[in-house]
Amino acid sequence: MSDPRFSEALARLPDYLGSHVLVSVTALVLGLAVSLPLAVVATRHRHLRNLILGFASIVQTIPGLALLALFYPLLLALSALTEKIFGAGFSALGFLPSVLALALYSMLPILRNTVTGILGINPAIKEATLGVGMTERQALTMVELPLALPVIMAGIRTAAVWVIGTATLATPVGQTSLGNYIFTGLQTQNWVFVVFGCVASAALALAVDQLLALMESGVSARKRSRILIGGIGIALIVAAALAPVFARPQAAYIVGAKTFTEQYILESLIEQRLRAAGLSARGRDGLGSVVIFDALKTGDIDVYVEYSGTLWANQLKQTEAKPRAEVLAEVKAWLAKNYNIIMLGDLGFENAYALAMSRKKAEQLGIKSIADLARFAPQLSIAGDYEFFARPEWKSIQANYGLTFRERRLIQPEFMYQAAEAGEVDVISAYTSEGRIKQHDLVVLDDPKHAIPPYDAILLVSPKRAHDEKLASALKPLLGAISVDLMREANLRADGKGGKSSPDEIAKWLWEKIENSSSRAQHSTK
Amino acid sequence: MAGKNAIELQGVSKRYGAHANVLDDVSLSVTNGEFLAIVGPSGSGKTTLLRLINRLAEPTGGTIRVGDTNVAETDPILLRRRIGYVFQGVGLFPHMTVAENIAITPRLIGWDDEKRAARTGELLALVRLDPEKYRERFPAELSGGERQRVGVARALAAEPKIVLMDEPFGALDALTRDALQKDYRGLHERLSLTTVMITHDLTEAALLADRIAVIHRGKIVEQGTPRELMTAPKDAYVRELVETPKEQAERLAALMRGKP
Repeated sequence: MSDPRFSEALARLPDYLGSHVLVSVTALVLGLAVSLPLAVVATRHRHLRNLILGFASIVQTIPGLALLALFYPLLLALSALTEKIFGAGFSALGFLPSVLALALYSMLPILRNTVTGILGINPAIKEATLGVGMTERQALTMVELPLALPVIMAGIRTAAVWVIGTATLATPVGQTSLGNYIFTGLQTQNWVFVVFGCVASAALALAVDQLLALMESGVSARKRSRILIGGIGIALIVAAALAPVFARPQAAYIVGAKTFTEQYILESLIEQRLRAAGLSARGRDGLGSVVIFDALKTGDIDVYVEYSGTLWANQLKQTEAKPRAEVLAEVKAWLAKNYNIIMLGDLGFENAYALAMSRKKAEQLGIKSIADLARFAPQLSIAGDYEFFARPEWKSIQANYGLTFRERRLIQPEFMYQAAEAGEVDVISAYTSEGRIKQHDLVVLDDPKHAIPPYDAILLVSPKRAHDEKLASALKPLLGAISVDLMREANLRADGKGGKSSPDEIAKWLWEKIENSSSRAQHSTK
Repeated sequence: MAGKNAIELQGVSKRYGAHANVLDDVSLSVTNGEFLAIVGPSGSGKTTLLRLINRLAEPTGGTIRVGDTNVAETDPILLRRRIGYVFQGVGLFPHMTVAENIAITPRLIGWDDEKRAARTGELLALVRLDPEKYRERFPAELSGGERQRVGVARALAAEPKIVLMDEPFGALDALTRDALQKDYRGLHERLSLTTVMITHDLTEAALLADRIAVIHRGKIVEQGTPRELMTAPKDAYVRELVETPKEQAERLAALMRGKP
């Protein structure tokens, strides 16, 4: 295929697939190791049986994404606790929460089938195990488990398919998986990625399912050859998928990115700069706003682009908006003092929250600022991204202007601008560096009361890289180098239908622009 | 063995929860080398009685001795390995071959492969199954009679002196059943076994056993040799019980003499 998005997707496959297989296999093995003994206990004690199966059923009703998200704060608290007690914490991000949540998810089918398999054995045979003089353990291993094996295998198959499918949801808690295609693709409207991710995870699930089915039929028909072929097939898939994970030299620098287009582009840009400086780098994208800051604190990621206002509100807990320079200075000092996190500097543009509406509607109602909006708000609807309405900025806007809207909706940021233009929603939470504001003919409303703090894009470096000169000098050319117009154009390009719209391609384009303008600047000073 | 009795029950009772006694003050002894049949209708407690002997169930009261030992003081696992057990419905392990099924108890007590293989061949011959033909088959590939022969071979595998049998021939057709009964009685003699067999069929008991104990509603109502029971039953229930086979036998005899 000639589409460069396809070849880019292919290039990421070893990393994504390897991580996906690693997390799935680990979760399944853990799930098995816990479920099998539990199931055996459940067959021996009726009360525990109801308890255990009930618990597993409840776990199953929790949506996969929520379960994964739940483990992150849980582990974070646990890590803080172990840090207090043993002086050493652990990474609450990525692999660990994913494995635990997926393992929990795999338990129900394994538990249920093992219990059904063992309890379904003819009572005469169970009696015979005792009559011939077997101990409970011998009865279990020599007779009950072998007889229940086909049913247990069927449970393992179900669990494997669930785990492989659900593992795509591990991306937002920082675990690389085939879900990275889907999340990145969804954020950047790169449908090639989305389809590629879906097909890849479905193909993996199907392949594993079929091989396990072969083993299952081998077990019930007592055909060693089938069990062997199935086992070898699965071993080959695992080995092939994991080879790049282990063969890959551990990337020295991990670049984090949040869940939107601009972040993906900047992530690629930073990676490219680090590589150009001879440093190995790898991205870890799709991280939530809070997750990413914690990840930087603990050194799970080394560098990422944050926005001053986000820290101002979420971390410094400031409600009062101050001028750009003051906020930058205070944030920088606060980061260094509290976490030993280094703020290398700002990139030169702001990506602030703003309220926007279609030009036509705004002119029609005569709305220019958020203050004007207050009067009309009860008749209007507002849409925000998943974070917006929970953010302090929104509370500050509400408090300052006393806004009450007729209806409030959550929409993917990518679709909001279109929705505002089409009149499906009246007011949206927009980002000032968003290229689509212009594209969809929207106006950004003024904030006369300064309810929204400034949002300068800033480069943050983890405590463990605080004195890393190589890193600092590799990223120095980016500081102050990206104007809001340049970033808007870059963001707009991501929505292009052509092949030039992948984050990697846009980052290359962006770097060319930065280089040109800096060399022009140098010429003009001569 | 020191004592004369291979098995002895004294005042044994068994109750499940608050229900009426399944067994009520049962005393019974089986001498070495004896073939005892316990006859009773379903629900009479006869299977429970058998299960108490190798501690598949525990009595509510009374004592049970096997040889010189009180079974309550014996490890039930070791006890069961010393006693052959032929199950109602056979209970062969479907995932194991005939040879593996037969050699299961020897395997549990740690015989080596060679000894087990030799014993398996010997036992298959003993129950009149061609070892070469049957050794590697699975239970599902056998007829009902063949399965029960394997069941008997499995019970005898670890060379027990006592064999307990729970309705062993119940599910077989008449011809197979007759052949198996005769074969087993032969084995009982040849290996000097002590056998306790549960059956609801008085004819089977009378033709096979040295002595019969009739159990009814949890009590042994009468014991004696087949001849004693058939000719001079004392208990009302036993009189009723012997009526049918006696009448059948007379009708058959009349039929063969050619009279109407």
